[in-house]
Amino acid sequence: MIKLKVLTIFSTILVTFSMFSQDKNKNASFKVQGNCSMCESRIEKAAIKTKGVKFASWNSNTKTFEMIFNENMCTIADVKKAIVKAGHDVDSLSADIKVYEKLPPCCQYRDPKSMEMDHH
Amino acid sequence: MKPIPFFILLLLTQCAFSQLKITGTVLERTEKGDPDTLADVHISWLNSTSGTVTDSSGNFSLTYSTDHKKIVLSYVGYVSDTITVNRPNLGKLYLQPNIALEEVVVRKKVNSIQKSLFNPQNTVNVDSREMLKAACCNLSESFETNPSVDVSISDGISGAKQIQMLGMNSPYLLFTQENMPFIRGASQIYGLSFIPGSWIESIQITKGAGAVLNGSESISGQINTELVKPLTDQKFFLNTYANNNERFELNTRYNTVLNDKLATGLYLHANSRSGKLDRNDDNFLDTPIAKQLNLMNRWQYVDLEKGWVSYLNLQYLTDNKQTGETSYDPDVHAFSNQFWGSEIETHRFDASAKIGYVFPELQYQSFGYQTAYSNHRQNSYYGNKRYDINHTSFYSNLLFNSIIGSTQHKFKTGFSFNYDQYDELVNSDVISRIDNGVGSFFEYTYDSLERLSFVAGLRADHSNRLGNFITPRLHVRYSLWDKASLRFNLGRGKRAANIYAENQQLFASNRNITTINSLGKIYGLDPEIAWNSGVNFSQKGYLFNRLFDISIDYYHVNFKNQVVVDWETPQEISFYNLNGKSTSNSLQFDLNYEIIQNLDLRATYKHYDVEVTYNKGLLEKPLQPRNRVFINLNYETQKKYEGRQWVFDFTSNWLGKQRLPDTSTNPTIYQLDAYAVPYTVLNTQITRIFNTSFEMYIGGENIGNTIQKRPIIAATDPFGPYFDSTITYAPTLGGIYYIGLRYKIK
Repeated sequence: MIKLKVLTIFSTILVTFSMFSQDKNKNASFKVQGNCSMCESRIEKAAIKTKGVKFASWNSNTKTFEMIFNENMCTIADVKKAIVKAGHDVDSLSADIKVYEKLPPCCQYRDPKSMEMDHH
Repeated sequence: MKPIPFFILLLLTQCAFSQLKITGTVLERTEKGDPDTLADVHISWLNSTSGTVTDSSGNFSLTYSTDHKKIVLSYVGYVSDTITVNRPNLGKLYLQPNIALEEVVVRKKVNSIQKSLFNPQNTVNVDSREMLKAACCNLSESFETNPSVDVSISDGISGAKQIQMLGMNSPYLLFTQENMPFIRGASQIYGLSFIPGSWIESIQITKGAGAVLNGSESISGQINTELVKPLTDQKFFLNTYANNNERFELNTRYNTVLNDKLATGLYLHANSRSGKLDRNDDNFLDTPIAKQLNLMNRWQYVDLEKGWVSYLNLQYLTDNKQTGETSYDPDVHAFSNQFWGSEIETHRFDASAKIGYVFPELQYQSFGYQTAYSNHRQNSYYGNKRYDINHTSFYSNLLFNSIIGSTQHKFKTGFSFNYDQYDELVNSDVISRIDNGVGSFFEYTYDSLERLSFVAGLRADHSNRLGNFITPRLHVRYSLWDKASLRFNLGRGKRAANIYAENQQLFASNRNITTINSLGKIYGLDPEIAWNSGVNFSQKGYLFNRLFDISIDYYHVNFKNQVVVDWETPQEISFYNLNGKSTSNSLQFDLNYEIIQNLDLRATYKHYDVEVTYNKGLLEKPLQPRNRVFINLNYETQKKYEGRQWVFDFTSNWLGKQRLPDTSTNPTIYQLDAYAVPYTVLNTQITRIFNTSFEMYIGGENIGNTIQKRPIIAATDPFGPYFDSTITYAPTLGGIYYIGLRYKIK
């Protein structure tokens, strides 16, 4: 019984402590697949609309996505999920084919020819 | 004996001893022509899968098989080669690289005048290419190819060009240079000619009251100019210009990049107009004799890693103009009644500094501090009238940018401080005043990332002349459908009118100057207050596969108080507080279209309805055409080697009839019609770009030779009561033809 109490107190302290160490302005970056400025606005929009994301920026040349977010409100995984849901592959997560196929032809990054299309 | 049967014979003999190997070395010719071995070249028998690759020194060996006679050499980036095997050692085999296709760059042509569909404010961005269209020479002239503002001439004496927006004169516009108030107070009239066109990197023209950051003074709109930056500018730039009226210009810039963070630039502009010109034979110069020297030193510091950006500008200007009767000699005739003459001498010193910091970990957060000092001294006389002004100004602004929650909600907030000291001499009256004020502002920007975005700003000011007041401003943008934006704006503006500095042309007449009110704090007058509201619709799209862009604006400005400048009584000019209605309604329709490849059309129709209540009653504002049509055509040939190109530009400006101030009580010979007839002004220019560093241009301004026949009333009697050069409705100068060159080193 005492053991359990100690454990509870200890874990409570740990949780509280880890809550304090949560960064309100955490920087993170990862690769997101896409082509053009239309992709850029779609990716950034999906990310910024995730609660807790303060700043989102995707570079179409380097395919690098950068963000600043509040760790108390969301996780990197949440943001990745939101971007995947919008139709863009993130790391090993693949976007649903139905969503992907609805992207404008110039944004269908899985097709090597899409890069040469007229981007709007 | 033929070689092949011999070879087979040899082969058969050898076969008995061992398996035969075919050997060889694969090489390429380097750019210099030297041989170099190729590794990893794939060697295989024709129509077979068996093969090998070359080793690091380009050698290969392949087991001979009687089934095949030819080998194929293939390597990415090289032309594959097929070789008949007629000997065991094939020796040196050269592969030819694929002829490298020249890189084709597909470039979307960006218009030199751009209107964003996403900016909540109705802003037109004009880039430096536009400055090249009117080859000369300063900010006021750079608007001649731009339909957003109207260029007019203030008077028949100084020839100073004025710009108007929404049918209102330039004092109702807020000018900023790199976001710091610039042409104001004493420099209101001539200040536009103090910024050489070649120093300008871009101009942002905002219709409507604009942002709250730079003060409350803007009523019709805001114009910001960005100057070229030492870190990104060419190392050296030279431009010379000459025209048939003996006007010469020299523009040069020299930039030194001290290290990757610090650069400095020395900019020089000099002009001189020495020709005495009187083509309309009224015995008065059509344009002043003038000299200007303008020097600027800029420092730019950028440290992107640490997030610091800083600028320091020092500028000195001296400008002299002399005009009046052709026989006038200032040393002999000044203040005598023998000949009428005028001199305007200006010295100006500007110093400004800017420092900005972007938090490296939080890219959306930054603060900036900007401060400017200027001293403007103008000594002038017009005939027997003296006008001197000494204006010292100090301005400071502290700004903080950040977000609320996410970058969908941005805000800007800060404090500003201004101090202006004016010492004027009007004939024999000394008028001195000090204006100072502090203000704080907050501006919130919302972006739904879908259809809606808006900017809402509020500022609160405390000023010794204007009192305590708030300035609200709102700009909303809503995207109706694809590539279409609907904008709405509403804002209040408040300012102190510097009646003499802003209406200097009045001195070049023998009108009596009177100020009717006396209880106000600025020359006895009250501050000017107006509300500006407007809607804009913009649509971009493709028509016959070519980009078009249309825009319709409607703006309404309603003055709560205005300092009315009344020219309606001949021989008199009076200033008084508005008593009644004063409004400006303007409608503008713009079309931009690429008619055929590289031929761009810019067409604009503008309708103005500006009415002011004078003591005589509600009247249409004088010298304001109700209708204007602007057409600009630009044709560029395809860019060839080293940027070789021809550029042709043609502008036509049609101005409808203008109401003229009443002259009915003058003697018949000094009377004007009630309305001025419509006219057209044509400008054209041809530029030849020889290469990336050298280009030449020739052009003509007002090539149709449209002039006002009699710009000065009673020119033969300049000291008599009817002398008046203020009623100028058309150019006073006929065709101007010019030639110039530009030379730059990257």
